Amino acid sequence: MKSLSRLSAVMRKEVRQMRRDRLTFAMIFGIPLIQLLLFGYAINTDVRNLTSAVADEAGTHLSREFVARLSATQVTNIQYRVDTAADLERMLRSGEISLGVAIPPDFDRRVSDDRRAAIHILVDGSDPTIAGIADQLRNMPIAFDTAAKDREQALIEVRPYYNPERRTPINIIPGLIGVILTMTMLMFTAVAVVRERERGNLELLINTPVTSAELMVGKVVPYIAIGLVQLAVILVAGGLLFDVPVRGSIIDLYLAAALFIAANLALGLFVSTAVKTQFQAMQMTFFLILPSILLSGFVFPFDGMPVIAQHIGEALPITHFIRLTRGVMLREATLGDLPGALIYLGAFAVVATLAAALRFSKRLD
Amino acid sequence: MNDDLAIRARGLSKHFGELRAVDKLDLDVPRASIYGFLGPNGSGKSTTIRMLCGLLTPTEGSASVLGIEIPGKATLLKPRIGYMTQKFSLFADMTVMENLQFIAEIYSYPKRERKARTEELLEKYDLVAQRKQFAGTMSGGQRQRLALACAVLHKPELLLLDEPTSAVDPQSRRDFWANLFRLAETGTTILVSTHYMDEAERCHRLAILDKGVKVADGSPLDLQDNTGMHVVEVLADDPYRAQTALIDIPLVASVTQLGIRLRVLIPESVNDPLRLVNDALRAGRVVAESRVVAASLEDVFVAVTMKPGQQAA
Repeated sequence: MKSLSRLSAVMRKEVRQMRRDRLTFAMIFGIPLIQLLLFGYAINTDVRNLTSAVADEAGTHLSREFVARLSATQVTNIQYRVDTAADLERMLRSGEISLGVAIPPDFDRRVSDDRRAAIHILVDGSDPTIAGIADQLRNMPIAFDTAAKDREQALIEVRPYYNPERRTPINIIPGLIGVILTMTMLMFTAVAVVRERERGNLELLINTPVTSAELMVGKVVPYIAIGLVQLAVILVAGGLLFDVPVRGSIIDLYLAAALFIAANLALGLFVSTAVKTQFQAMQMTFFLILPSILLSGFVFPFDGMPVIAQHIGEALPITHFIRLTRGVMLREATLGDLPGALIYLGAFAVVATLAAALRFSKRLD
Repeated sequence: MNDDLAIRARGLSKHFGELRAVDKLDLDVPRASIYGFLGPNGSGKSTTIRMLCGLLTPTEGSASVLGIEIPGKATLLKPRIGYMTQKFSLFADMTVMENLQFIAEIYSYPKRERKARTEELLEKYDLVAQRKQFAGTMSGGQRQRLALACAVLHKPELLLLDEPTSAVDPQSRRDFWANLFRLAETGTTILVSTHYMDEAERCHRLAILDKGVKVADGSPLDLQDNTGMHVVEVLADDPYRAQTALIDIPLVASVTQLGIRLRVLIPESVNDPLRLVNDALRAGRVVAESRVVAASLEDVFVAVTMKPGQQAA
């Protein structure tokens, strides 16, 4: 009996404390709901609406009909029409499109010639799932009256760019860099301020002439170096063990990583100023890492997600960073090809640092 | 503006919701003196100190600290004050030397003199042997010396110490106060909060705080001379019975037990306090010896923190 009453005392104490920790209490409902929404919406292997461009160099009745049918499959979302196949390659490299349809000038003749493919579909192979989706297009039932029967060469030829052998590590590692950096950087800094608050160091620090900005920047900079070392570890190990290439400039990659790390650290600092205990900081980190993995295009292709999930994804720094790493490492893109992602990361870092410095007042009340 | 005052506060108040942590506090702290805040926990000592160094914004009132208006220009004040927090706030995972160096850098102490200054402090505060020890593994007394060394490293004009001796043994406390006197002699103004009477006695001046209100201030001797009370010490075999006999006498303001002794406070308006006490003891059939004594600071404290209704006319 005594044991029971002691047990119940401990249980009631636990519930009481949990109820008073508002963040933990919110997590009890928040985590299942958000997980459900994330997984439910984001995990969609039935990818549709790949952002596409068409270079119709034939411009015939037949080629237009083909484009119309392709459009009707809803696998592609034809957003651009360009002049040449070279334009498609450029857009693919810069990440503007995931899929390019090249229709050669002699399209009509090729359709009736069974030895030559009439359509080239250029696919961004740096995204693991997109290449697989494009394969479905190859088997698209397109029956043209003039088409040769029993073709030696399929009517549609799919060319996966950047990862022709379709090796998974090559697809995964550029994104993984983003996930690893997000995890470590966010965690390091999320506890940075709150740890000093818990230990009492902060009361000492805010009584010295050190300014909020000095304190914030001073906390962030060493971790940027740590992040860059982590990147080196991943690149060397990835290269040695899995043959993952860095096709673009390594300097570009490091510049992008530095910006991305800064953005994450700033976000971490902001979290740190917003929470009260280290435990809450870890909860918030976990809370941010989930969408970073699921909605960033790392696991599931961005194009396949519903619009809301895409908006959330666009807000996360990692989404932009993965575009950059895939571009630079696999598609030989330069930073100039992906200005949007770069600008977003920079802006994010600046805004989050400012927000953290503003929230961190040098007062206790 | 009075240049002889390091701190001048008028009507300083801090409310936390309904709670008046500090209520209309007037304060005059002369330069180069040790000024004490005496009061129980929750009397507003820490809150006042935090307001004076700009950590908290006063709800009402104003203060001038070293000639700088608070709140508002607290950033100008930071380099000129040293602050020792109630809880040890240095970095536990850094060594004594690393902590001192960090503080020196934060306060932009002249580079060329840094080494000499840290060595001087290690020497002065008896931390030479602990130079390479992690702050977290040190004893309470050592930590406190390190905290003081860090607080005075940049040679502040004003030192704010929030219950600096609450976690140390009596010997360390004596040494600590010796250090404070040395600092005051060299011109540093020290504001120190405490709930120890013996420490309060060592201050040049003293303010007694009770529930956010300053109930008395002055030098310890002045306070003891002006309690407005007679103090009768009663030595009884059965102090409990003696107390029962005295407590209900309308003219007795308070009875405090100290071991087998009782200290009885009786308003000065009573002509013969000894007789009053002896009569009461005889009526209660208590065998006891009693004599009139000088007021101690503890008596002052009891006298000024009594509830108004308790204070017999």
